Amino acid sequence: MTTTSTTPDSPLPGLVHGLYAEGEPIRDTKAPTGPIDRRWNTRKFEASLVNPANRRKLSVIIVGTGLAGGAAAATLGEAGYNVKSFCYQDSPRRAHSIAAQGGINAAKNYKEDGDSVYRLFYDTVKGGDYRSRESNVYRLAEVSTNIIDQCVAQGVPFAREYGGLLDNRSFGGVQVSRTFYARGQTGQQLLIGAYQALERQVAAGTVEMFNRHEMLEVVVVDGKARGIIARDLVTGEIETHLADAVVLASGGYGNVFYLSTNAMGSNVTATWRAHRKGAYFGNPCYTQIHPTCIPVAGEHQSKLTLMSESLRNDGRIWVPKNAADCEKDPREIPEEDRDYYLERIYPSFGNLVPRDIASRQAKNVCDEGRGVGPKVGDFRRGVYLDFTDALKRMSAEAVAEKYGNLLDMYQRITGENPYEVPMRIYPAVHYTMGGLWVDYDLQSSIPGLFVTGEANFSDHGANRLGASALMQGLADGYFVLPHTIRDYLAKGPFDKLDESHEAVAEARASVDARVAKLLSINGDRSVDSFHKELGNIMWEYCGMERSEEGLRKAIDLIRGLRDEFWRNVKVLGAADTLNQSLEKAGRVADFLELGELMCIDALHRRESCGGHFRAESQTEDGEALRHDDEFAYVAAWEWGGQDGAPVLHKEDLVYEFVELKQRSYK
Amino acid sequence: MNLTLKIWRQAGPTTKGEMVTYPVTEISEDMSFLEMLDVLNEQLNARGEEPIAFDSDCREGICGMCGLMISGKAHGPEVTTTCQLHMRSFSDGDEITVEPWRADAFPVIKDLVVDRSSFDRIIQAGGFISANTGSAPEAHSVPVPKDKADRAFMAAACIGCGACVAACPNASGMLFMGAKITHLGELPQGQPERDARVVNMVSQHDHEGFGGCTNIGECSSACPKEIPLDVINQLNKDLRGALMRGE
Repeated sequence: MTTTSTTPDSPLPGLVHGLYAEGEPIRDTKAPTGPIDRRWNTRKFEASLVNPANRRKLSVIIVGTGLAGGAAAATLGEAGYNVKSFCYQDSPRRAHSIAAQGGINAAKNYKEDGDSVYRLFYDTVKGGDYRSRESNVYRLAEVSTNIIDQCVAQGVPFAREYGGLLDNRSFGGVQVSRTFYARGQTGQQLLIGAYQALERQVAAGTVEMFNRHEMLEVVVVDGKARGIIARDLVTGEIETHLADAVVLASGGYGNVFYLSTNAMGSNVTATWRAHRKGAYFGNPCYTQIHPTCIPVAGEHQSKLTLMSESLRNDGRIWVPKNAADCEKDPREIPEEDRDYYLERIYPSFGNLVPRDIASRQAKNVCDEGRGVGPKVGDFRRGVYLDFTDALKRMSAEAVAEKYGNLLDMYQRITGENPYEVPMRIYPAVHYTMGGLWVDYDLQSSIPGLFVTGEANFSDHGANRLGASALMQGLADGYFVLPHTIRDYLAKGPFDKLDESHEAVAEARASVDARVAKLLSINGDRSVDSFHKELGNIMWEYCGMERSEEGLRKAIDLIRGLRDEFWRNVKVLGAADTLNQSLEKAGRVADFLELGELMCIDALHRRESCGGHFRAESQTEDGEALRHDDEFAYVAAWEWGGQDGAPVLHKEDLVYEFVELKQRSYK
Repeated sequence: MNLTLKIWRQAGPTTKGEMVTYPVTEISEDMSFLEMLDVLNEQLNARGEEPIAFDSDCREGICGMCGLMISGKAHGPEVTTTCQLHMRSFSDGDEITVEPWRADAFPVIKDLVVDRSSFDRIIQAGGFISANTGSAPEAHSVPVPKDKADRAFMAAACIGCGACVAACPNASGMLFMGAKITHLGELPQGQPERDARVVNMVSQHDHEGFGGCTNIGECSSACPKEIPLDVINQLNKDLRGALMRGE
């Protein structure tokens, strides 16, 4: 049941801040209690088993084939379940996990440098700015070691030392070396491992693969997720797929910003359609903005490219002290006229401050008019990442050995030689910590609907540490979901369903109607133009710094834009063929709804934490200020209907093991 | 810069296609090739013509989804993926032809989009190590000599884009397959299935309609990840050995 309350500043009766209602608190009822290092074992033991002979009678749909989805499909196939796997790309091997560069964390302690499961757990809770669940994070750290074993057995070619053992590096400012890597292509190698395991199951007949298929609706029957409606992107056919359980492993929603480091096709549609059917959305405003990306070059830009933040180990970040120097050749700006602002503001961490801080300071100096590179709009959006000192100290060969592939990539994209001219970088949207709310079993608020990897909200809190996304995706896919979903499947097989069931037919009819609607508007504006405008609004008002005033403005702008979209979008072509404009239109329509919820979430969270910086909540010297007394909870949002307001359910975060502290990097 | 594009348009798998000429103007050299096509598609959309279908996803050279024959070269004039090709590689006034990958095993779906699921089926035939989740021994229990690990990594860098097939006069998939055979064959974990792997993958490759290798080397020259030709030697050596051992 939903209750509402009012505050003095709410212009609409019954709604908080005029924007949302507050519902009953929720709780994660699946997490065991007791000593933290025994909770996962307890849950695995208590979860019901499914007799091997019964598994083939149970069917699971998995949407997405990245690390979380590919690993889950392979593992459930191996266990003998009947799996259907879906991806919108032409092959499961293309999923965007492939683009992760840096590495994957695991508490192997191979360096004997004091690492442990407990330390990885502690670092991850702290890195998430105390906005994640202790039980989940401990489990993640615990299974991290199994992931490395599994991947090595599959033939993932991790970097090795001369003795033949695995190499590790330190990453993301932590003080131990626990990151396993395969040059700058760790995500690719891990994904190919999962992909090969998945294709092996396709050959074995346990997994049926649906490439170039996009999920457009979830089928909920008697309160349980029982299937999906998907469009065959080649023929345009709308298909109904039914099963005993559904897993969404469809990735993050960074493309709501239009420009991000996500793939062109990355989208929120699978999770957003589920949200509209009753799945709560957790912490949608938590977005990670990565500091070392190649800046926007012009209006034509379609996506942004990240360069590993390892560059900050040897590069020095600066802008001119005087705005008048911003157009000069940087090599002609003398030392005394340069502002190495991170080294100045954070003398002890310097260029190695965490991602959120490095990003925000870059924005600040550019807002002051001291950015460099081409003007995009009214400002130059770039800062120098300078290897001149490193080249003097280490020689060009040594720099090339360590960073060659990144510097080459920079040169290919910008046409500038980073061995001669300082590189230009700027922050870009990279990862979304928010996602569908799930319990300890990774089950959403719709029974039978499970959510894994970046698509769920769990584990990273308000900020994700480097090399932890790959860890979470594979932990969920290989080692967590296959145990927790069996507890649910053990109650099945559920009632036989066919496509004529009222709820199934209704879901399908809604997809047909939406496709027809998008094709019939025939307005004046392209889908991309709406997407770009939405991205600009989100970046300006819900990006690196958020304020009450800006967010209210953004909400109004998004509502207006969404209204125009449904009146004036122009989608050419037909429904019964490959139609990329139609695909994009459906995704942008959902981003236009998600964007508003992100702004509402950001507006209600009147504190700064992790990737969420509220201008009104900072310390005297401009650092993020959390308010643990008011906001140590997960914001789980319930869809309030097409014309209704979203409903906030709070899940209190309880810290039994880690002491809450304000982060300081001065 | 101003350019003349000649682009393959084909409405569907069974319809006849043709080259269509599109002039484009005011192209910035900082655009990627695909962003240039985005600009053209926005113009087509504005005047009511259906945009040109082409595949791309990560646009950072790693997912392998994009791939165009640009003036007769797979991924165009540079050694990189189509998405990482920038317009500064062209000059004002150039005429550029843009076609899909051409190979029997990669049928055209629409315009510049082809079906590469034959590559997935080659992997299904044996491009894996059978290690069920949870069955793995401790990662350090089997050391891998660094030179072998490095060579496995080099071969594993393949992104499955299909440029090797498109560049080959025989439309052979041997470089793609050789890369996988080498990646898994260099590792101790890959040994138990080594013979069966090569025999089954080659059988599937031939069944899909890819051609044979005649040592021309266009595949390796076109490969955006610079997979060397010697992975094909490795494949042939493994195949010969496996057949002699009666696989």
